Amino acid sequence: MLMRKDAVIIGGGPAGLAAAVALHKLGVRDIVILERESQLGGILRQCIHDGFGLQRFGCSLSGPEYASIFIEEVRRLGIEYHTDATVVSLSAAREIEAVTPEGILCYHARAVVLTMGCRERSRGSVMIPGERPSGVFTAGSAQAYMNIYNRMPGHEAVILGSGDIGLIMARRLTLEGAHVNAVFEIQDHPNGLERNIVQCLEDYGIPLYLRHTVTDIHGNSRLEGVTVSKVDEHSRPIAGTEKFYPCDTLILSVGLRPDTELLLDAGIELDPRTHGASVDEHLMTSAAGIFSSGNVLHVHDLVDYVSLESEQLASSVSRYLSKGFSSDRALKVRCGRGIGSTVPQKVSSGDGFTLSLRFDAVMENVVVKVSQDGRDILKKRMRKANPAEMVRLDIGSGATACSGDLEVSVE
Amino acid sequence: MRKALTCIICPNGCPLEAEISDAGITVKGNLCIRGEEYAKEEVLDPKRTISSSIRLLHGDMEIVSVRLNRPVPKAMIFPIMEAIREARAEAPVHIGDVLIPDVLSTGADVIATRNVARVEEKV
Repeated sequence: MLMRKDAVIIGGGPAGLAAAVALHKLGVRDIVILERESQLGGILRQCIHDGFGLQRFGCSLSGPEYASIFIEEVRRLGIEYHTDATVVSLSAAREIEAVTPEGILCYHARAVVLTMGCRERSRGSVMIPGERPSGVFTAGSAQAYMNIYNRMPGHEAVILGSGDIGLIMARRLTLEGAHVNAVFEIQDHPNGLERNIVQCLEDYGIPLYLRHTVTDIHGNSRLEGVTVSKVDEHSRPIAGTEKFYPCDTLILSVGLRPDTELLLDAGIELDPRTHGASVDEHLMTSAAGIFSSGNVLHVHDLVDYVSLESEQLASSVSRYLSKGFSSDRALKVRCGRGIGSTVPQKVSSGDGFTLSLRFDAVMENVVVKVSQDGRDILKKRMRKANPAEMVRLDIGSGATACSGDLEVSVE
Repeated sequence: MRKALTCIICPNGCPLEAEISDAGITVKGNLCIRGEEYAKEEVLDPKRTISSSIRLLHGDMEIVSVRLNRPVPKAMIFPIMEAIREARAEAPVHIGDVLIPDVLSTGADVIATRNVARVEEKV
């Protein structure tokens, strides 16, 4: 049976929950959340460390606590949701099929909200050679073993990659009695937030080696050790620098990618820079009525901004449902010097919006400039530019003209 | 004496410089007052909060996630982890429940950060 909804929200993590609550409060009540796990909350359920909610709630919460604030709101408002419901297809005409233990659910939605989050890059994605023993985990799966299933991944660990989850897991393993040898990062700068370098590594005397990577994995059934090499400025291993580290556990924290398989089905245009959908300032994708926010749009550092972005999405969806708009005549937002990526990637009206960006290198004392046809719209001075930290700039209503592409660059 | 620090209070991660003299401690580089407080405490008596899990009896999960509700001196982290390892809690538990009050007389409580329902043992 085909069910009609004003909005179907795919994914019940922090982005989907915030979007649902905000939509309900804006009067869009004919909505449903589809979540593939058996509980709402997404990745926050396994992020038991604190530090969530500092921007939004002014206090430091754990992931499950942060999620529960939104989950309780969803329940209190009586918003419909299905858990154990995996969406298997999405069309550009906004038809959705989900499989559940009770059978197949089919929806035709006036608006679709894509909030499926991201996935971890794995050993295969970074192509580490060597044998294939057990004991090689992504940071997130090690986190799930420890924090959800109460199982230790191992006792003698090496961590590859300095993303935040890897740093958090270095501390978590140490607290639970494992020994963490070192964290190795192939780039010349750490990938995680500065505060995590301090409170997860320095506090516990765990060394961080930049410009190093794992070049071999040893072990038949269980991991016995890894070979680590220095790399040159092109990230190529330098012969003769190999060093063997005995360990039973290798944790990979080598990046996150938006989980966009459903978008491919629907023929939605992706941005090769963010690996998520290419959207306009209303967070609408190339398919009319299909919107996206959170980590499936672009990987965030902080959940507080995932919630905020999803609330901005909700107000766009609400206006779309009442008035409708299109992004057919959108202007491009170009990445100029020093800019790695932006969201949105196009602008289709004079409405105010938040411009999120990442730098492409570590820099000091920079001025970020947003311009259109040589006219400066906004300039912002920053003490440091760090690709590991997303920057958000508010572009005022009426700031953009109706012709000429925008450019974001570093002066 | 000068000490370079990175503020860990919020994700800004301000680079701080604490100047320590007989007159006291002056702090530079902070964007807000919390940075100054952090730097002074970090020089005199560094404190941290920690998160972990406690074994749960009759829960629909084996463990319940917990955290300290206020920071403790760094030297207390591993003794507190030992207390957390030995502790057992009885389901159901709710977010904010105090599972170990005033742990090791630090003034900090170990509180639950997840709701876990009770399941009766199968007969």
